[in-house]
Amino acid sequence: MKPWRTNFWRTLACAVLLLVVGGSLAANWLAPAGYAHQYREATDAAPSRAHWLGTDEIGRDRFARVLYGTRISLLLAPAAALLSTLMAALVGGLAGYMGGAWARAAMAVTDLFLSLPWLFLLITVRALMPLNVSPLVSVLVTFLMLGLLGWTSAARVLCSTAGSLRESDFVRQARASGVRGARLFWIHVLPNLKPVLLAQFWISIPVFILAEANLGILGLGVAEPMPSWGSLLRELEGLISVGEAPWKFVPLILLVVVVTSFQLMLSKQEQAAA
Amino acid sequence: MATTNSATYRKTILAAALAAAACLSILTGSASAQGELRFCLRSEPKTFDPLKVEDDASVVVRYLTGGVLLRMNRQTQALEPELAQSWKVSKDGRQITFQLRSGISFSDGTPFSAEDVAYTVQQLMDPALHSPTGDAFRSGPGNVDTKIISATQISITFPAPVAGLDRQFDQVAILSAHSGRKEMAVLGPFMMADYKAGATVLLKRNPNYWKSDAQGRKLPYLDSIRLDIQPNRDVEMLRFKRSEIDLINSLDSEYFDKLAATSPQLVHDAGPSLDSEQMWFNEVAKSPLPQYKKNWFRSANFRRAISQAINRDDLARVVFRGHAQAAIGPVSPANKFWFNARLKPETYSPDAALKALQGEGFRLENGTLKDKDGNEVLFSVITNSGNKYRERMATMIQEDLQKIGIHVNVVTLDFPSLIERMTQTFDYEAILLGLTNVGLDPSEQMNVWLSSSENHQWNPSEKSPETPWEAEIDRLMRAQASSADAQKRKESFDRVQEIAVEQAPFIYLVNRNALSAVAASVQGASPVILVPQTYWNVERLAVK
Repeated sequence: MKPWRTNFWRTLACAVLLLVVGGSLAANWLAPAGYAHQYREATDAAPSRAHWLGTDEIGRDRFARVLYGTRISLLLAPAAALLSTLMAALVGGLAGYMGGAWARAAMAVTDLFLSLPWLFLLITVRALMPLNVSPLVSVLVTFLMLGLLGWTSAARVLCSTAGSLRESDFVRQARASGVRGARLFWIHVLPNLKPVLLAQFWISIPVFILAEANLGILGLGVAEPMPSWGSLLRELEGLISVGEAPWKFVPLILLVVVVTSFQLMLSKQEQAAA
Repeated sequence: MATTNSATYRKTILAAALAAAACLSILTGSASAQGELRFCLRSEPKTFDPLKVEDDASVVVRYLTGGVLLRMNRQTQALEPELAQSWKVSKDGRQITFQLRSGISFSDGTPFSAEDVAYTVQQLMDPALHSPTGDAFRSGPGNVDTKIISATQISITFPAPVAGLDRQFDQVAILSAHSGRKEMAVLGPFMMADYKAGATVLLKRNPNYWKSDAQGRKLPYLDSIRLDIQPNRDVEMLRFKRSEIDLINSLDSEYFDKLAATSPQLVHDAGPSLDSEQMWFNEVAKSPLPQYKKNWFRSANFRRAISQAINRDDLARVVFRGHAQAAIGPVSPANKFWFNARLKPETYSPDAALKALQGEGFRLENGTLKDKDGNEVLFSVITNSGNKYRERMATMIQEDLQKIGIHVNVVTLDFPSLIERMTQTFDYEAILLGLTNVGLDPSEQMNVWLSSSENHQWNPSEKSPETPWEAEIDRLMRAQASSADAQKRKESFDRVQEIAVEQAPFIYLVNRNALSAVAASVQGASPVILVPQTYWNVERLAVK
């Protein structure tokens, strides 16, 4: 029964993710008014036929903003996750494989990055960025920064795994057979790091989605009028206003559903890594 | 039976004691003392020294505890006598003479006299103290001369004329020259009883307060005021709903409407306040902006066209839910005397704005406005992150300007970064911020209007006025500041307002309404637009 159950939940998670991604990609068709148009005569409106999820405080269609915001958060978070995983593979994988002073130096750099107060770093970077960047560039920079700063934990895991692979019998045998350097790493070590890399990739996606949401709550990250889950979640800031408009919870519910789906998708990779 | 008798006996004793206490309270006059008023401070008071007060929380404590010579009536905006029975300002605006009330004591029992006023003024003007309140009196180099004519009469002479001299005394809480515990000796309706850092400030009624009501009852009516330090507005609102606090000042429009929907009798919209929201362009010559952008921003026609293309009524209606008014100029209509009634609100007209820009050589190409050299008209507007009202205003302005082909990038920055760009690096294009006006007198805005000032936001610290109209504003502001004739001052400041509207260095957007909430248990509250909105008449408030 257990495998069936596992498959069921994984299939369901996959279906949910496909539905969400599909919906966001079809945003132009599903919400033709766009995410920026302000219906100033219908601000903070309840759901209606014209606005399925109502409108926000300045009259923008919330359904359109959720779809476009999903597109941004859900497409850029995997890109940032890919970047951070590659960096983790480069730093952690190579350090673990080479061992010795290389590993100690690489892990010292990793620890240094881990000790950085990344939130303040992001605030500083945002403050230093040119002001006249388009919302698209702003969102790209935000996720790029998340990717560049988010590789450290994964690098430690990969360093440890690569270190144990380096001492494994098959690597010793390959080395005894004369396989050396990049060839040894590329053919024998990297394929065995693949499950860990995939696991780290899948773990990073929801982490970056949440990180962008946190930045959005702080007023950083994606610039107006472009929506993201972070900017949509800012509507939930007021304790009092939210209770009377439950439809404002939709972005939060979507975030929870997507993050949960990623976790359910992840389990197979985790098992493989283990 | 013994038990019953004992209980009956105890009840009789208790009833007698309560009756005796009631009689005693009537005899001593404390029957007028009615309850405890509770409300929130939004930050920790930084000082309890009334002369060093700068932050809002400390201002609240000073207002409640400090006795002043003259008080501006927050409702009528007229200056009224308090500890001074009468006063006279000399024609040259340098000297003020007070006739003080007699028979008044500080809360610790030490008598009040002209010596206390002289002591307070000396402390206030002591350069070593750096009193922010004293800054308003520093009109020129030299010492302040205090002359005690009698125990109830004092004359104070300043080295140079002080604009609105008498009104400045509204902020000066008189200290005791002779009390051993100066921080505890106050002349206001309340005195400090307890302070728990980060939690509460408890004020008790001053038993020696000098005022009585028309029926001869001693003021204040309240026994005490509990100020809870609570920076979170949501929590403040929840506590009000649970009747844990009695007042909220400067209520958010969103919360106002929520509360109005369920308890309309508790909320008060006193109309436009003195606060304004405004936007300005960077006109600093040495700023790191490209020259063509500097040319746009330094053009009054460009600034006026932008002003015309912004739909202020929508900002007031949408962002502030109708609890704001389209701003007319530098002075809110709420400032009854100083507002220039000849000024009219800017008419929203994207067509007229576009036409004016085309007259300046701009042209619209495929929905994008370009200047005469072909540069796309694009600029960023910075505002402070976390302020949802300003972010919404900026987003709406973004859409308004898009209609005339101008592309605006909205940037939210943390406050320190914003201030650094505004005052140090001048690396910005436009800023949207608010101005909180506490005082009514134009002299309090000298630091904004004088071209040499650091707070002359659009182009700070000019060595000499860079434009004729800035030179004219400098001249008019100095003229009004050095005159004791209120009508002449008004004429000068009216012209300043007209120039400000003509040249649009600030694009005034809206004046927020003064919104507040007062619990039904509070009697005597009559919220006004001026700070402190709800408890300006605190000595006459009571809590049922």
